[in-house]
Amino acid sequence: MSDNRLSVFKTYKLYVGGKFPRSESGRVYEVTAKTSAADAAGKGTWLANAPQASRKDARDAVVAARKAFGGWSGATAYNRGQILYRIAEMLEGRKHQFVREVADAEGLSKSKAAAVVDAAIDRWVWYAGWTDKIGQIVGGANPVAGPFFNLSTPEPTGVVAVVAPQKSSFLGLVSVVAPVIATGNTAVVIASADAPLPALSLGEVLATSDLPGGVVNILSGKTAELAAPLASHQDVNAIDLTGADADLAKELEIAAADNLKRVLRPPVSRHHPEKEAQSSDRPQAVDGDDWSADPGTHRLTAFLETKTVWHPTGALGVSGSSY
Amino acid sequence: MPTTAPAFSDATASDGALRRFLHGLPGVDAVGLEARAASLGTRSIKTTAKAYAIDLAISMIDLTTLEGADTPGKVRALAAKAVNPDPTDRTTPHTAAVCVYPDMAATAAAALAGSGVKVASVATAFPAGRAALDVKLADVRDAVAAGADEIDMVIDRGAFLSGHYLKVYEEILAVKAECARADGTDARLKVIFETGELSTYDNIRRASWLGMLAGADFIKTSTGKVGTNATPANTLLMLEAVRDFREQTGVQIGVKPAGGIRTSKDAIKFLVLVNETVGEDWLDNHWFRFGASSLLNDLLMQRQKLSTGRYSGPDYVTVD
Repeated sequence: MSDNRLSVFKTYKLYVGGKFPRSESGRVYEVTAKTSAADAAGKGTWLANAPQASRKDARDAVVAARKAFGGWSGATAYNRGQILYRIAEMLEGRKHQFVREVADAEGLSKSKAAAVVDAAIDRWVWYAGWTDKIGQIVGGANPVAGPFFNLSTPEPTGVVAVVAPQKSSFLGLVSVVAPVIATGNTAVVIASADAPLPALSLGEVLATSDLPGGVVNILSGKTAELAAPLASHQDVNAIDLTGADADLAKELEIAAADNLKRVLRPPVSRHHPEKEAQSSDRPQAVDGDDWSADPGTHRLTAFLETKTVWHPTGALGVSGSSY
Repeated sequence: MPTTAPAFSDATASDGALRRFLHGLPGVDAVGLEARAASLGTRSIKTTAKAYAIDLAISMIDLTTLEGADTPGKVRALAAKAVNPDPTDRTTPHTAAVCVYPDMAATAAAALAGSGVKVASVATAFPAGRAALDVKLADVRDAVAAGADEIDMVIDRGAFLSGHYLKVYEEILAVKAECARADGTDARLKVIFETGELSTYDNIRRASWLGMLAGADFIKTSTGKVGTNATPANTLLMLEAVRDFREQTGVQIGVKPAGGIRTSKDAIKFLVLVNETVGEDWLDNHWFRFGASSLLNDLLMQRQKLSTGRYSGPDYVTVD
């Protein structure tokens, strides 16, 4: 009986506004497994058809992200932290699925893929902890020469377009998405073009984790086709170019300058320190880099705006301020 | 001004005759109507046709504010926006009208004087219409005196649903009479059916004919104050009614869907319905209007997208 059972294939879909639409264009593209043997032969085993999103899907995703921004940025940091932790809990429960998908996507052995997934889950937990602490680290009370309380607080930048890493389809993805939403931004994520399946499955986890719809929107397809309209979109406030190659990153940064988007450039390769010196005009994308390293806080602070308020303490009397 | 088309004068002779006439109208094929409206909604309108449609839609908007919290300042701001919807692009057409409550009609008229944008005022105890006839007529009189070019009245749905068609008919006639100005001209009368409260498509068809027989210049779907407002299907049904009415009487009547039309895509779908159902004669803001407020911003953002190639955002249009 079980031998005759028809297998049920999964239809991978986009994740936009808390829903799972197909691409508006109706297009799909073939996703193949990455193995060393397949690489040598030039083609891998077919895994699934992923939706090939269009610029209209990107536009819809921005609308969804904008709609979600008020609620998400207004939620308490503590609440955001709990929701991010919940995401880690859900990931833990679906670990086996992600191990399989990551192993196929990145050509890793089961044990290596399991280590990658564990690291990704730990990273969610790590960023979940930062939600209500980043304010103390980068904000604070400033000493000023006058009778004022002077307080700086970080606020989320807004809608952030994220070009996810091309090679690290899951740990890299988590490492760029979690810090963006931890601080209250909403995100439109372009998944790795060749290995989008872990990202699309992540959408299913996010949908069942109390994360409001629209906070994270995940698109799969051709990176350049999706990134260009997002970079020039007037209602996107920032763009993370991590997964863009050097030429594309340059093009996108020029487009992003139009409405003064905040831009996070691709990291400079640690494997080629000699390039760092000459990289001022053209950063070298390094997507193959080791995402397991300590991420630091720079991805959290990249998409924050500092608001400073001056609050009078009252006139200084003969006895000085009571503060 | 002929109040009833001569071809149908015997239909309105008595309550019984009117009921026989309205109930004698062919029943609406609801499935067919919705399928037709949905299939016309799938047309893809691109590039130059889209640019034309967006400008046409902007010029057809009755920019509306009907809130308890309306202030003279808000009405003036809205009037300024109606005259000059996109200050960054002076080629943007102005809207057709600004639609306000009667007590704001004078403010709107002062702000719009000489601009070409009309003042529309709701009246007759909008939106429920639950008031004595005297009160409703006084409401209309006030609005016309305050300078309203157009009056948006609501029908008495209670009377309509309980079958007192002649009462509804006579009320529209009375309101129409109040639309006359001292100089012999008339304010144009839009008759709101509140289709969301009429329950059936058959009722919407009957209400359309009733309104047209009573001399409405426009028939309008809804107030925007109930759950179901303008839909492609009920607008298509009303467009068919005005088409048939013109065929039979030669009198052209306008249509105004109102409420719930928020995106350019929706607006363009309605324009396709107009073009395919009644033709180009209605593709003009004298004969077709959108009752809307947030729609204008979306049209402006689409317009900016077409002219710059970049998707625009809410930061580049006004907050109303």
